[in-house]
Amino acid sequence: MSDLFEPNIVAFVCNWCTYTGADLAGTSRLTMAPNVRIIRLPCTGRIDTLFILKAFERGADGVIVSGCHPADCHYTAGNYHARRRFAVFRELMEFAGIDPQRVTFSWVSASEGGKWAEVVNNATEQVRRLGPFQKYPSPAAHAGEIACKS
Amino acid sequence: MSRIGVFICHCGENIGRTVDCARVAQSLGDLPGVVHSVDYKYMCSDPGQVLIKQAIQEKNLDGIVVGACSPHMHEKTFRKAAASAGLNPFLCEMANLREHCSWIHEDRELATEKAIALGRFIVEKIKYNRPLSTIYIPVERRALVIGGGIAGIQAALDIADGGRDVILVEKESSIGGHMSQLSETFPTLDCSQCILTPRMVEVAQHPRIKLLAYSEVESVDGYIGNFQVKIRRKARSVDETKCNGCGECQKNCPNKKIPSEFDQGLGTRTAIYVPFPQAVPNIPVIDRASCALFRGRAKGVKKVVCGKCAEVCGRNAVDFDQQDSFVTEKVGAIVVATGYQLYSIGKSQELDILRGYGEYGYGTIPDVIDGLQFERLASASGPTGGKILRPSDGKEPKKIVFLQCIGSRDPAKGIEYCSKICCMYVAKHTMLYHHKVHDGKAVVFYMDIRAGGKGYDEFVRRAIEESHALYLRGRVSRLSRDGDVIRVQGFDTLSGEPVVINADMVVLATAMRPQPGIAALAQKLSVSYDQHGFLNEAHPKLRPVETNTAGVFLAGACQSPRDIPDSVAMASATASKVLGLFSKELLEREPLIARVDRMTCTGCFHCERVCPYGAVERKTLTDSKGRIIKVIAEVNQGVCQGCGTCQATCPSKSVELDGFTDEQIYAAVNAI
Amino acid sequence: MNIGYFPGCSLHATAREYAESLTAIAAALDIKLDEIKDWACCGATSAHSTNHMLSVALPARTLMLAEKQNLGRVLAPCAACYNRLASARQAIAKDKEIAGRIQAILGQSFENSVQVLSIAQLLSEMTGEIRDKCKRPLRNLKVACYYGCLLVRPPEICQFDDPESPSSLENIVKAAGATPVQWDMALECCGGGFSLSRTASVVRLSRSILQSARKAGAQAIVVACPMCHSNLDFRQGAINMRDNAPEPMPILFLSQLVGLGLGLDPARLGLSRHFVSPQPVLNFINAVKLQAEDREHA
Repeated sequence: MSDLFEPNIVAFVCNWCTYTGADLAGTSRLTMAPNVRIIRLPCTGRIDTLFILKAFERGADGVIVSGCHPADCHYTAGNYHARRRFAVFRELMEFAGIDPQRVTFSWVSASEGGKWAEVVNNATEQVRRLGPFQKYPSPAAHAGEIACKS
Repeated sequence: MSRIGVFICHCGENIGRTVDCARVAQSLGDLPGVVHSVDYKYMCSDPGQVLIKQAIQEKNLDGIVVGACSPHMHEKTFRKAAASAGLNPFLCEMANLREHCSWIHEDRELATEKAIALGRFIVEKIKYNRPLSTIYIPVERRALVIGGGIAGIQAALDIADGGRDVILVEKESSIGGHMSQLSETFPTLDCSQCILTPRMVEVAQHPRIKLLAYSEVESVDGYIGNFQVKIRRKARSVDETKCNGCGECQKNCPNKKIPSEFDQGLGTRTAIYVPFPQAVPNIPVIDRASCALFRGRAKGVKKVVCGKCAEVCGRNAVDFDQQDSFVTEKVGAIVVATGYQLYSIGKSQELDILRGYGEYGYGTIPDVIDGLQFERLASASGPTGGKILRPSDGKEPKKIVFLQCIGSRDPAKGIEYCSKICCMYVAKHTMLYHHKVHDGKAVVFYMDIRAGGKGYDEFVRRAIEESHALYLRGRVSRLSRDGDVIRVQGFDTLSGEPVVINADMVVLATAMRPQPGIAALAQKLSVSYDQHGFLNEAHPKLRPVETNTAGVFLAGACQSPRDIPDSVAMASATASKVLGLFSKELLEREPLIARVDRMTCTGCFHCERVCPYGAVERKTLTDSKGRIIKVIAEVNQGVCQGCGTCQATCPSKSVELDGFTDEQIYAAVNAI
Repeated sequence: MNIGYFPGCSLHATAREYAESLTAIAAALDIKLDEIKDWACCGATSAHSTNHMLSVALPARTLMLAEKQNLGRVLAPCAACYNRLASARQAIAKDKEIAGRIQAILGQSFENSVQVLSIAQLLSEMTGEIRDKCKRPLRNLKVACYYGCLLVRPPEICQFDDPESPSSLENIVKAAGATPVQWDMALECCGGGFSLSRTASVVRLSRSILQSARKAGAQAIVVACPMCHSNLDFRQGAINMRDNAPEPMPILFLSQLVGLGLGLDPARLGLSRHFVSPQPVLNFINAVKLQAEDREHA
């Protein structure tokens, strides 16, 4: 083992496209970085942006969100709602103290095992470059900081 | 405190090779709440399952986690095993240690660590799983078929013959659809009406089919097994119960000069009319826009202008004061078979993406007609009695140019798709023309000849070899009048030469488009449609006749351009799906659906707006005295498909998706 | 109304009558034509068939000048100029790379904010005024409206009227009091820039246009392009000679016809500059006028 930083990455994926795509990657024996742990949800529409913040709070260094391609949603439109939600969320990430590069949004279909491996490897490399995620300062400390300034 | 059992599968060598399964079992066994943790060579095998069942019973487990392959592979297997041991199946979950771990990693240490993490997620999650039970929904075993063309007729007959009641709704005054307008059909050249009209009569006489002609679907409520459909019965101005179809009214109507829709404007009809002699039901309708009496009324003329039809009707069936009426039917399944229209290539288009073909002068040059108009000219029951004559001067055309792909396969004009039937019907037209005008010459401009189908390519060869149609590969840039003839300027791409042909008549094989109003109907049914308006099937290959709305099925050209054999096959497929649905009195549904906490719901209805299925309903909460407390959202169990978009959207966190509740997901995330 | 004005080379040379008539009707319709100062050639066929960047840069320079001179909209009466200006405008708007390179070539800031109008577009906006000011001397004069290749096409560039079955010229002609005929060659090519290099083709193409108009009963053809005008007017002698000299067909610029409709003095409309005499049209107008006077006297 080298001293390479091994980031801890959580992937929130939909059951129908990306989860199945990741299954395909397995069936095809595509080797990829072991840093990504998948949490299965029915649809990207189910993914609350708070899940992402919670993951960081609990020690994740990076997050992947992935679902069906636009127009391919198993539930017709869930991924469109997700897309809007994440478009807004992306704007707020820095405000929340998270480097947007730590979060990867992608569309991986059930037939894109290779693409899933790429997404996993790229996200791992990217987060590895960024280093461990420094936890948020506690709210109290933050409040103190504001108080000092004013 | 939970009593969780963990079962780690080696999957032979598949998992065991890269994951230290014993260590995973041991490590997960140390987690709080886990009372039993083992590893085994093949968990899915019979002895493996016995292992699980015994553990559940002996250790009184209240949740099990199987660390094995993908849940898509064996979740059902293990849930069944759990159920047989008396554990609620939804208290069994799987951790994917094979596809998502052992198969994609090589480093045993890292893979084992990851396997432990994946197992830990599920262990933590399952602590919050609730026992769920399968939902049973009663099924109203009657079907509604929308559209009385060949697809709708076939679907209705098949369902009715299968022993279920059918309501067939047709917006025109007679069923039969476009097929009743056709002269002869490819590839056998049998007369369309000869094969269709017996089926139409069968519909009318079938004891299980209720035919509602001249009616339209007004609204659809409910869900699979339990739809309430409100149907508008448009005012015919003729009492269906009294009329016996004698036709005296039609004979005596003074207004005989109205272009006939059935004859595509080439023939005329009266204001009170039956669209064609074999109409089913054979009951006339008054076209109020052209009837003198109704026009007089609309203008506010006090005097009754006409009334001939009522005077001659021996049965007093004509009713000028008839109003639209409504009926509501309860059905368990809906078949959409609304068919197609031909792309009218004139200048004005109802959709912005479509642009007409001004260069072909359709609508201004009288002898430029479309495929359906040619069908009417060639039809023995058509306006010319089956003689091919020019609409402009009634002369027999000695040279007809047929243009294929007008509108189809032309992204620049708004339609990219292939209309599929045109290659075949143009070949048929050249044959019919050759049979009727022996010294006539047919020239066809084509892009490709797409004649896939039984006997189809042979048919096109016959058109070329026996009917001597001249096929030129290329497009036509302009049609212009040159005195009596139409100048056709085109290009033959095989010889590389521009071609100018003076034709007596030009027939445009225009694109097939969905019926007007399809979008409105699709919205009533919450069925999605593509940018052209064709309805979307649930899966293009594996679920071709179902839609994403459970209980709504498709048949025929409303889904994509189709010919008669394809439409009939699809209609029968749909009918078998409907009969399958109706084979049980109760419908089983997975209980992984959303529910609303009525205490915390604030009634903002964001969920209602994002739900792709329209599953969110509004419910009024009242106190014991009947005073309204608040209006809240409620999820219809029959309609919800369990995507969870509502839950992620809910600002007050009042929606929970069973199987994927916030508690469960946060528990998993906390286990990072 | 003020509008930028890009006469292009033709309106200063072979199509001077187009410029003269345009000036005359502009005055009558209260349009002030602000000629872009220091405008240059649009590049025409020569530029865009040899060097794409040049074909964008030349019109871009003119558009930049118009922008600097605060001309929000520019009229390009020549159909080819109009097409080049509008094409360049769109190329710059659509492609950031081209926009960057053009910016570098121009060496000055350029917002690409100027709108380019053809004469058909401008007069389509003004049919109301034309109708109000029309003196109706053209009553029953049958004219064939000829669009040629570039006035409404390609549709991506022009985004005006129906590219294959247009009606804007007909509407303007109707507003000016004349009667458009229905004919089939309104969009066919006249031979365009091949006038000198492939005269035989031009003669063949222009002949079929003239024949079709004649067959449709037109007494004159209305054009909105100097090149079309020159092919149909200047080449008509040769064509008619081979066709056994039928009646000559006067070719009028749209602005000339509108000018006649507005009752302007024919001398101010440059009608004397044509090869085919427009005298039959003027005679027709006079006859209509005499009839009207007779009626008044009666």
